Amino acid sequence: MTLLWIPLLSLLGSIISSMTGKLSRNQSTTLSLIMPIIALFMCVNMAPAVFAGEEIRETISWLPLLGINIAFRLDGLALLFVFMILAIGILVIFYARYYLSKNDSMPKLYSYLMLFMTAMLGIVMSNNVIQLWFFWELTSISSFLLISYWWYKSEARKGALMALTITGGGGLALLAGLLILGNIVGSYNLDIILASKEVIQASQWYEVSLILILLGAFTKSAQFPFHFWLPHAMAAPTPVSAYLHSATMVKAGIFLLARFYPVLAGTDLWFFIVSITGLTTLLFGAYVALFKHDLKGLLAYSTISHLGLITLLFGLNTDLATVAAIFHIINHATFKASLFMATGIIDHETGTRDMRKINGMWKFMPYTATLAMVAAASMAGVPLLNGFLSKEMFFAETLHQQLLGSLSWVIPVLATVAAAFSVAYSARFIHDVFFNGDPIDLPKQPHEPPRYMRVPIEILVALCLIVGIFPNFVVDDILVSASHAVLGGYVPEFKVALWHGFNLPLLMSAFAVMGGILIYTQRRYLFLFQASLPTVNAKKSFDNAIYVLIKWSQQKINAIENGSLQRYLMLMFLVVLLAAGWPLFEMNKLVGAKELTPIGLHNALGAALLMIGAISTVIWYRTRMVSLLMISVVGLMVSVAFTRFSAPDLALTQLTVEVVTIVLLMLALFFLPQHSPRESSSMRILRDLGISSALGIVIGSICYAIITRPFESISDFFVANSKTGGGGTNVVNVILVDFRGFDTLGEICVLGIAALGIYKLLGNLPLFMPGSDSEGRPWAKERYPVLLASISQSLLPLALLVSFYIFLRGHNLPGGGFIAGLITAIAFILQYIAHGSNWIAVRLTINYRKIIGSGLAIALFTGIGSWFFDKPFMTTWFDYFDIPFIGEIELASALLFDLGVYITVVGATLMILASLGELTANTPKEEVNI
Amino acid sequence: MIQHLTSLPVLLPMLTGIILLMPPCGKNKAIRRIASVTLGFITFFVSLALLFSVQTDGMQVYAIGNWSAPFGIVLVADPLSTLLVCLSALLGAVCVLYATAGDDEKGSFFHPLVHFLIFGVNGAFLTGDAFNLFVFFEVLLISSYALLMHGGDKKNTRAALQYVIMNLVGSAVFLIALGILYGVLGTLNMADMAQKVALLQGDDVYLAKIGGLLLIVVFALKGALLPLHLWLPNTYATAMPIVAALFAIMTKVGVYSMMRVYTFIFGEEAGQLTHMAQNWLWWLAVATIAMGALGVLASQDLRKLVANLVIVSVGTLVALVTVQTVEASSVAIYYLVHSTLVTAALFILADLIGHQRGKVADRITAGTPVSQPMLLGICFLIAAVAVIGMPPLSGFIAKIWLLKATWETEYGVIFWTLYLLASLAVLFAVAKAGSTLFWQHKATTNKHKISEHKLAEKAQQEGVHPAQLAALLILIAGAPLMSVFAGPLSEYAVGAATDLHNFNNNINIILLGGK
Repeated sequence: MTLLWIPLLSLLGSIISSMTGKLSRNQSTTLSLIMPIIALFMCVNMAPAVFAGEEIRETISWLPLLGINIAFRLDGLALLFVFMILAIGILVIFYARYYLSKNDSMPKLYSYLMLFMTAMLGIVMSNNVIQLWFFWELTSISSFLLISYWWYKSEARKGALMALTITGGGGLALLAGLLILGNIVGSYNLDIILASKEVIQASQWYEVSLILILLGAFTKSAQFPFHFWLPHAMAAPTPVSAYLHSATMVKAGIFLLARFYPVLAGTDLWFFIVSITGLTTLLFGAYVALFKHDLKGLLAYSTISHLGLITLLFGLNTDLATVAAIFHIINHATFKASLFMATGIIDHETGTRDMRKINGMWKFMPYTATLAMVAAASMAGVPLLNGFLSKEMFFAETLHQQLLGSLSWVIPVLATVAAAFSVAYSARFIHDVFFNGDPIDLPKQPHEPPRYMRVPIEILVALCLIVGIFPNFVVDDILVSASHAVLGGYVPEFKVALWHGFNLPLLMSAFAVMGGILIYTQRRYLFLFQASLPTVNAKKSFDNAIYVLIKWSQQKINAIENGSLQRYLMLMFLVVLLAAGWPLFEMNKLVGAKELTPIGLHNALGAALLMIGAISTVIWYRTRMVSLLMISVVGLMVSVAFTRFSAPDLALTQLTVEVVTIVLLMLALFFLPQHSPRESSSMRILRDLGISSALGIVIGSICYAIITRPFESISDFFVANSKTGGGGTNVVNVILVDFRGFDTLGEICVLGIAALGIYKLLGNLPLFMPGSDSEGRPWAKERYPVLLASISQSLLPLALLVSFYIFLRGHNLPGGGFIAGLITAIAFILQYIAHGSNWIAVRLTINYRKIIGSGLAIALFTGIGSWFFDKPFMTTWFDYFDIPFIGEIELASALLFDLGVYITVVGATLMILASLGELTANTPKEEVNI
Repeated sequence: MIQHLTSLPVLLPMLTGIILLMPPCGKNKAIRRIASVTLGFITFFVSLALLFSVQTDGMQVYAIGNWSAPFGIVLVADPLSTLLVCLSALLGAVCVLYATAGDDEKGSFFHPLVHFLIFGVNGAFLTGDAFNLFVFFEVLLISSYALLMHGGDKKNTRAALQYVIMNLVGSAVFLIALGILYGVLGTLNMADMAQKVALLQGDDVYLAKIGGLLLIVVFALKGALLPLHLWLPNTYATAMPIVAALFAIMTKVGVYSMMRVYTFIFGEEAGQLTHMAQNWLWWLAVATIAMGALGVLASQDLRKLVANLVIVSVGTLVALVTVQTVEASSVAIYYLVHSTLVTAALFILADLIGHQRGKVADRITAGTPVSQPMLLGICFLIAAVAVIGMPPLSGFIAKIWLLKATWETEYGVIFWTLYLLASLAVLFAVAKAGSTLFWQHKATTNKHKISEHKLAEKAQQEGVHPAQLAALLILIAGAPLMSVFAGPLSEYAVGAATDLHNFNNNINIILLGGK
């Protein structure tokens, strides 16, 4: 379990420090430091075992189905990184205590920092590639939070977003690469993957996965051309930069190269991509760093350049180069972290980071200056410092490769050039800041920082010196053990030493130092030259690219989603046309095997009327009233057709529904203009005509195909069981209330909800009330015809009686709750028409909401009733009773259900009517009667 | 009672709807709220009970009216349908809980309508009958029409009208499709249909194909698949956010129905019609993802952005459904739950953020700072990380799993490329939205600390209501929980998908009563 505790402790630290808001700064720092220090001790404790060649592993099952488990391992490479992450992390936390101003939230910084630390620890200790990616993305998130720590600054927000986008994009590529890699090997376990070099490199997917993984590594490690996010990430507080951009975040990409070196390296593709990218980045970073006036900008580009150097070393494909790369990882972390911290002090004490203003700091802070100069000298590769050693090794390795064929000599030359620039910018850092005359209007009077703020730098600089002077003494163990892990068990003979005798690498170093000093002294010309080049502002280009992308997508989206219902409907109809029409082309014969019946005069006449009605509706659609009447012709013809083909129930339903809807629509028409303007161009009409005709042809053909085919269905069962099982001779009604009563229950709900919805919609709808008809004629004075009023009133009881009769006989003869409900509703509608809604409102004080509710409740509870007889929901019951004087009578639970249907239908219909009617009722009479 | 458990997740919401219309809930606001929330959560717990009972006893078939399939209507509770029933019940309960903070009084009948909607959704999930599915579609659609009008203004009503008309056309097509299928197959029970489809011969095959394709068109409209997705962004973005959050389940009904129809009726055993139009659907799904990503980039307010995220999720789901392997269906199930919870949470967050930012509301531009930056910020961060698919939350598991499930397919490379690019677009857009909404204030520099006192005052006035907070936290909790319990959940999803693909077993249990 010990291994798991390392990231866990750091996560715990993150949580603890987030809760220290109420404590003093010292207390907060102390508390925050405890967890990482314990973790560091555990790591040191485990070191001897790892040095001895042991690999510690731990696995907890999490998502076995996906091959994702919580799996940690600690080998030499992981140990090296864990040690760096924890040690530098601790120093940064300590340093940040003095760096942050009183206004900045310390718990926030600490908890983010340690969240980030957790993520980094997770990456380096993962023994499962998916888990590695998990932590990889976690670094992206936490670094986003860290960079945007000063969220109110625009550059912090932009820098954070840029870093997240680039590294997040790389993360996605990495995920794809890792998944492919896992797919090749058949496992996501790192142990297994690292042991499958042959399988991986023989796979057809090797190139793809290599490129994807490298994309992930290069974006994270800010390799050219993905480097541009790093300088903008400098908007973060300096402790964050010291941590993220020296030892951790950017090193994650390098770690990835090292981790997968055993299986991915060794091919030409690896060499070309990795070494060329590394070399380009090395040169580019070193060159640009020289021109940065911002201290942190200089360090940022220097970091880019050094990362390029390490990448190049990995790309060289030799064992010794790999050892050198690992060595430089250590060295870069130490001197770069201390340099960032020193910069932080200077920034802190002077209030600026502009090297054109900060001069002559030696006089104000000699102690800090000494530390910074030692670190900078290490960065430049000056002897006696650790930077020198790895640089020598680097030079030696560039000489020992033959990778570019006859052009291989170019690599050492370019390496020397880059080293020269590195010396030059280091020289600039030292000379400009600490000497070079006097400071120019600084915002603050500089002086030495608080004593303890320097401690982390002192430790790191001491390390630079110790490693530089006694390399074997300090780093041999860890270097051997890390190289052991990267090279897959084999470590070449190597000797890190200060003095190798007079040889070519030493000469290259000498050239580099001399060249660097020359460049620095003659920098005026270079600056002039640089100024004459067109400036490339990465942030601006990035912003521009994003702006263009967003504008473009907005344009496209607006063009597609233009809000036109006509367009959406056209698409819908086209899709329907395609779906329904395409199979017809594949079909051989439309007409089925059934014998065709003669058409007959009545049928033909009915069909013609139906068609005329439909076509007229379309033709007069702009004159709404006429159109409505034509629709009613269609409806009537449909109910006639139902009667003709022996479906009296359907005919009755259709007829009553028709009446109700037409009346309601007429009411609605009152609020609409009588005519709608001509809106479609002739072309559009032609297009729509085409689509609708095509649809008509397709649907018609399908119907024809179906009705001419012999039909076998479950309906025979219904006919056979209607009387015996459902207790009714009217099959339609038995289907409605018994066989498929559940459908009916749903449908009456729909009706009820529709009524509620219409009430809801109209409840707060301010509508324009026309004072006259479309031709300007005032409404009739006599609003309610007396004749109609008196007749309708006397008809009401009769109508109710009829509906009651229809309701009762429904189970055996055409009728039923639905139809009866509609008839009742029509009777009431007639009253509305005859007397107006005000008249009704006074007399019919019913709460429709309750009516609908009780109707639904009756239906539902009738269904539930069967539970008490241990039968499923809606199981019906019926029996025949012999009652004196009346004779045999059937009682059925279905009747009760039908009652629910009846009440709901009446309630819903009247509620809709009342809501529509109320719109007119509430307006003062004068307005209506103008 | 226990033997009727299968019917309860359907009947209980309906009963709740009725109770809320009747006295004393009809008039009294307080009683109505308490009843609505309590009954909502009871429905959820009953659904959970059903889920566990299905887990222990296997698939359950409930013959309504004691008429067994294929003649009567049966409810089929299998792991997939019960999972979704739980999800919709939870969403419904959370939605009414949230609305008790005041949104429910911005129009009439909010509470009963939500429960009626859940009635329709749960019915659609559980029914084993194609026509009954149509009925439940009608129930959920009519409720959704009414809910869209809730607290509406002109703009909102306009978008709602488009939604209504599109769906009316959809209903008509649904009916035509059912008519055709009934005409060819002579049955409406889905299991029976599946069995009959396999036996079709000659030209009947094409008629059944037409019917099936039209059904898919309807579900594609409901699920918002390209090119039938156009109604969604505006409708969801202009609806009251809590309604939009509830609607997170609605597109999933379309996808679910597609799963049923596509995997079961026209699945492996459908003879000539096996996986018809797979190519088409696949490309449309992929195009939907692309379009959604484009929409996400183009979105200028948070609600629109989330609406477009819904489209991305639909494209992803449909792509997975068309792959037609058990693994892909398993991911689809996991992803469906994840995306529903996250998008619902984001809609709610959009509401809260918009409310606290005053005039600029949820527009992604500099404005007044929110009054509770800590609370809303953390919630937004969690939801954002989940929806982007970054670790450690549910989205990342879904992402890895779905990439893994699609790799072996014919179109793996295209899907990966497109999906990952879309992920990047979502990552960028969501991060940018968050950073702008929370951090970019009208007067940027130095203003951040002056108003601390004022901020506290503002928070007091317009802070998150406890009911809203509870609702938000329930939804947000889904993301970490689905990650922590990814092991058992993924096993559940695989079990559900295996059942879905187990043709013979389904036929056997539904039609023959397991004999």
